[in-house]
Amino acid sequence: MLIDTMEAVLVKNGLITAFVFVGILVWISYEISARLTRGHIHGSAIAIALGLVLAYIGGSMTGGSQGLADFSVLAGVGIMGGAMFRDFAIVATAFGAELEALRKAGVVGAVSVIIGVVLSFVVGAIVAVAFGYTDPVAISTIGAGAATYIVGPVTGTALGADSGVIALSVAAGLTKSVLVMIGTPFVAPKIGLNSPHAALIYGGLMGTTSGVAGGLAATDPKLVPYGAMTATFYTGVGCLLAPSVLFLAVRALY
Amino acid sequence: MVIYGVALLAFCMLTGIFLGDILGQLIGVQANVGGVGIAMLLLIILSNLTHHKFSIGSATENGVHFWSAMYIPIVVAMAAKQDVLAAVSSGWMAIIAGVAAVAVSFAMIPLLDRIHIGEDDVD
Repeated sequence: MLIDTMEAVLVKNGLITAFVFVGILVWISYEISARLTRGHIHGSAIAIALGLVLAYIGGSMTGGSQGLADFSVLAGVGIMGGAMFRDFAIVATAFGAELEALRKAGVVGAVSVIIGVVLSFVVGAIVAVAFGYTDPVAISTIGAGAATYIVGPVTGTALGADSGVIALSVAAGLTKSVLVMIGTPFVAPKIGLNSPHAALIYGGLMGTTSGVAGGLAATDPKLVPYGAMTATFYTGVGCLLAPSVLFLAVRALY
Repeated sequence: MVIYGVALLAFCMLTGIFLGDILGQLIGVQANVGGVGIAMLLLIILSNLTHHKFSIGSATENGVHFWSAMYIPIVVAMAAKQDVLAAVSSGWMAIIAGVAAVAVSFAMIPLLDRIHIGEDDVD
């Protein structure tokens, strides 16, 4: 009776349950960071990595596509980590951002979005060709997926790709966003990701909003608004370029 | 009042996403173009404006700071709801495409970071 009642309470108050769950997860992560790594690996980086591991476990246990949020008790994690709250918190980080830094890096930030989309598309397309794809529609869809997991399906749908190829493009985009979340704090010192200027470029080149959000949170939260600002333009630009100019370029080559 | 800050933030987000959707429809793509970025610019501009006319109260600021501080926990929740299983189990091609795109993009950052367009400093 106790367990049933408790489960009912947790399910009924899903978002509140998520606050407790994420609070405990973050606390454990900061303890691991302080005790096991002596603060070398930032607590938020560990929390994000733990979240991804739990999402993998959740996916294997439930067979769903929402990670941990497919457990009914943890459905609130899906709301808390959904696009609505994510975007709300990202916008909030802009409070206190320096307008001057944005103005100075505005042009190079815009350029980096276009370079980022084209670069990821070309790399994804080359990988598709290397794996034996010869159909321009499939090559373009996979290339678009290497941009973000939204650009992939939008492009695939526009070009009439089959659902297997679209699923692959989503997987390429997911791999990218997971890797950006985990990898950014490790490569940040090597690539000079330590100023608003570099963060604007980073957001524009990476483009995955969730990857950039997680990657910068684990690197230096002060850089979040700059990276997030350019990243939010990436998917739109990708959806514009991939099914049009970039697809035509692929078709001209094949 | 804390709610003023939260309401200001919410107003900026809704306006930004609305404009991003309109922009997407105008250029003919099925996506929001820069909605969150527009919302961020709006918040920066509005919070700077109010500084001149009437100072934004500290309780109002707290309404925004709270959500800014909730950013990392929200990102942790976001990580926990990703379809990691699909990314890992989809086969090598998708993984290699994703990894290669990230590696090349990381490598571009230092190159672009050297470009300082529109800045007045001469060296």
